Amino acid sequence: MAKYMSCFDIIGPIMVGPSSSHTAGAVRLGKMARCLLGENPRKAEILLHGSFRETYRGHGTDLALIAGLLGLETDDTRIKESFRLAKEASLAFAFQPADLGDVHPNTVRFLLEGETGYRLEMQGSSTGGGNIVVTEINGFPVELYGNFETIITTHQDVPGVIAQVTQVLSCHGLNIAFMRVARKNKGKMASMMIETDQSIPREVLKEIKELPSMFSVRLVGKV
Amino acid sequence: MKLMEWSSLAEMAACAQEQGISLGRLVFLGEVRDTEGQESSIYERMSKSWQVMKEAVEEGLSNPRKSRGGMIGGDGHKLTTYLKKGSTLSGDVLEAVSRSLAVAELNAAMGKIVAAPTAGSCGIIPGVLTMLQEKLKLSDEAIIYALFAASGIGLIIAQRASLSGAQGGCQAECGSAAAMAAGAAVELAGGTPFQVLDAVAISMKNNLGLVCDPVAGLVEVPCAKRNALGAANALVAADMALAGIGSVIPADEVIGAMGEIGRAMPEALRETAQGGLARTPTGVKLAKKFLRLE
Repeated sequence: MAKYMSCFDIIGPIMVGPSSSHTAGAVRLGKMARCLLGENPRKAEILLHGSFRETYRGHGTDLALIAGLLGLETDDTRIKESFRLAKEASLAFAFQPADLGDVHPNTVRFLLEGETGYRLEMQGSSTGGGNIVVTEINGFPVELYGNFETIITTHQDVPGVIAQVTQVLSCHGLNIAFMRVARKNKGKMASMMIETDQSIPREVLKEIKELPSMFSVRLVGKV
Repeated sequence: MKLMEWSSLAEMAACAQEQGISLGRLVFLGEVRDTEGQESSIYERMSKSWQVMKEAVEEGLSNPRKSRGGMIGGDGHKLTTYLKKGSTLSGDVLEAVSRSLAVAELNAAMGKIVAAPTAGSCGIIPGVLTMLQEKLKLSDEAIIYALFAASGIGLIIAQRASLSGAQGGCQAECGSAAAMAAGAAVELAGGTPFQVLDAVAISMKNNLGLVCDPVAGLVEVPCAKRNALGAANALVAADMALAGIGSVIPADEVIGAMGEIGRAMPEALRETAQGGLARTPTGVKLAKKFLRLE
């Protein structure tokens, strides 16, 4: 449920309509997928579930999701031209109605391929008032809201990795707001999501990347 | 005192009266304290929202187009043209009504708006305030403080009831926007903080029970016209309060009743498009026509 703490939660946000959940939230989900891909997307297959599946045309959810994939903000008036912008950016896309199971009614699943061939699968929901939650990245269950800078790792599931990463953060005076750990199989592939209060300098990412057992490190900004 | 420590409009009004400042100024100072922000940056942020509201009115009236869903568009412009002929029944009120309609239509056409308090109810406040700015020759500064007053009213509604159609029906969205606009209008016309509360109460009482029943689940029918009539409601309620008419039931209790009615409302009438106008024969036909066509 939305929390109202400030005048600007009441008068605001400034956004492109018609719906904070079906348009603004959809832009943010697209932006999140773009951030996680980490490069310009070339191919996008987009599965729409529930209310997104039923009302996406009339709410411009399709335009909004593509706008987000192109990196547009929620108040960019070019959102309604995003299909044309996608063509210019050589992004091929297709929408598919889908049943994604027992999930929030406004749920979308992205199957993306980037310009260097990197692939990403991301699932997330628009939960109202422009708020979003990403619930799955490449098979890992996650819970990402896009309100903090977030470090996402994949690493080998061995003892000590989490301690080493948090050690790096603490050396740089970075405070962890939220942290989650998940793994696919014991001893094999695991992932960490660390949301921090401060922004994360490049050298911190580099230090984490150089740790033993680390496969990949990605930084996702606020969206 | 922190903004969210006020749990009622009555407390806020008493505070403003005691300090001899407007409700808008009180809320502004509360926001500054709460967020530990700079006065200038918080003022600027609201000023930016006001700018976007004015642009939305201008864009909505001068560039009418079909909504994304295809069910509405161009009615704000139509009303302005009719108004210019000079033989209306409801007069000046239509100046605000036409603008509110135009902004709601712009929202449905994927234009840039300010959620106030939601995207579905984004027309009412800009329609009322741009009309009053011209009519009463008000400065931008006066309007910006009125927007803080409207926000303060909205914060109390959020706390005691709801601002979401899915939770409380349209009374929580257009009903809240109209009440916020009515309060802001009284403040701009020089009414007392307690007259602001009367306007909020009178406005909201007439929207109690209003359901959220959008055809095809889109923010088009009846949303745009409820924005239009919301502006009329706000101005009439403001005039009644300024005439010295009090609300027998105090504003905070009206807001509480709105929350209770929202909780009692069946889910079919809370933004699910399963009841009300959405389920009329025409609503069902339109939904088939305008929804997903594979």
